[in-house]
Amino acid sequence: MATGAASGRVPHALPRRAALVLAALLAVLAVMILSGIRYGLLLAVGLGFGLVLEGLRFGFAGPWRAMILRREPSGLFAQLIAIGLVAIVALPLIAARGGELVAAQSPIGWAMVGGAFVFGIAMQVVLGCGSGTLVNAGSGNPIAALALPAFAIGSFAGAWHLFWWTDLGSLPPLGVTGWNGVLVTLAGLAAVAALLHRIAARGRRALERRHLVAAVVVAALALANLIVAGQPWGVVYGLGLWAAKGATALGADLSGSPFWAARESVERIGASLLTDVTSLTNIGIVLGAFVVASWRNGGLSARIPTLPVRAWIATAGAGLLLGYSSRLAFGCNVGAFFSGISTGSLHGWVWFAAAFAGSVLGIRMRPALGLEARS
Amino acid sequence: MSVETTGMTRRISALFALTLLVLLVALDYAANPPNPYRVPSIIALGSGAASAGGFCGALPD
Repeated sequence: MATGAASGRVPHALPRRAALVLAALLAVLAVMILSGIRYGLLLAVGLGFGLVLEGLRFGFAGPWRAMILRREPSGLFAQLIAIGLVAIVALPLIAARGGELVAAQSPIGWAMVGGAFVFGIAMQVVLGCGSGTLVNAGSGNPIAALALPAFAIGSFAGAWHLFWWTDLGSLPPLGVTGWNGVLVTLAGLAAVAALLHRIAARGRRALERRHLVAAVVVAALALANLIVAGQPWGVVYGLGLWAAKGATALGADLSGSPFWAARESVERIGASLLTDVTSLTNIGIVLGAFVVASWRNGGLSARIPTLPVRAWIATAGAGLLLGYSSRLAFGCNVGAFFSGISTGSLHGWVWFAAAFAGSVLGIRMRPALGLEARS
Repeated sequence: MSVETTGMTRRISALFALTLLVLLVALDYAANPPNPYRVPSIIALGSGAASAGGFCGALPD
């Protein structure tokens, strides 16, 4: 009989993995008992996002980078499929149950477009978008561990100034609804997919199986988020709220900000994090990614690459910009691109175009900032 | 081609991130404990209640 070492298995992997599963289940159960079943379910949805995003190495920034640098569209195809799957269910559901369920429809404006462009730059600098930064932090990426707190502070600051930026000029929220919205959205997604297929490198046009699986699971989790929470999947609001709570705890006066002094904001700052929708899914994403990284043999034992000081400074700056710009843009890849388009918002499409343009620039900036590991 | 590395592993940075999260939740719990006797329905769909969570795409009234 082969021993654990002889068969290539790491001793004690089973107890470690059982402990990870048990800890995740206990966390969900604890939130259910302390805050209510709905909030425990939302933590479970977040855990699911973390498990699938890290487990299948799926995300937003990486596939965009693959398309721009190598003309590999597989990951982007999967994003479009996931968005389409959500749209098919979400748009008719929101039309039928308006009020209980809301769409991620936001106004298009100058600051929104500029914010999405800057977000695209910053997310390629740190190689992580809203969900990607959470996943990477949970899986032990040191860049994300620094970018995440900066992201939260930036989100807080962006929300502080948000009304000033929207006053520069913006349209009312525009979008499509119901089954007509499904048809328009699917047609738009198909058009983008056809364009990507056309410009993709030969021999690299196929959709990878792991990407397809990830797209289906992410779509199912996003729909679960909508049905349980009553709102689409988002990331950025929760991060800003964490910083707002921290600022308040340190004695800061937020009454000078029209955003944070608004009644709803004051109520949420004073309420438990364990009752905030996006905070719970964000926490779940970090935990889920940690579970996967710990589950893998050697997942957390890789050594951290040496980076120059300017890379860490760039990371902190990009983290702040990720947070600030995503508030101006009414969301990140998740809240604006994924949830916006899948619930019929025109701003999601504009966000996509602006952030993709920014990504092209961000990819070029990354080596100059010292963020490619030394060899 | 090899990549220069530090002496630290990814376990350190993962635990750093988790510690920050645990501190955040613990401190918030101490300051703003949730009320388990005042909870919304299990799921929003079919609850009859308006959606009320904070979202990055929405502005406060």
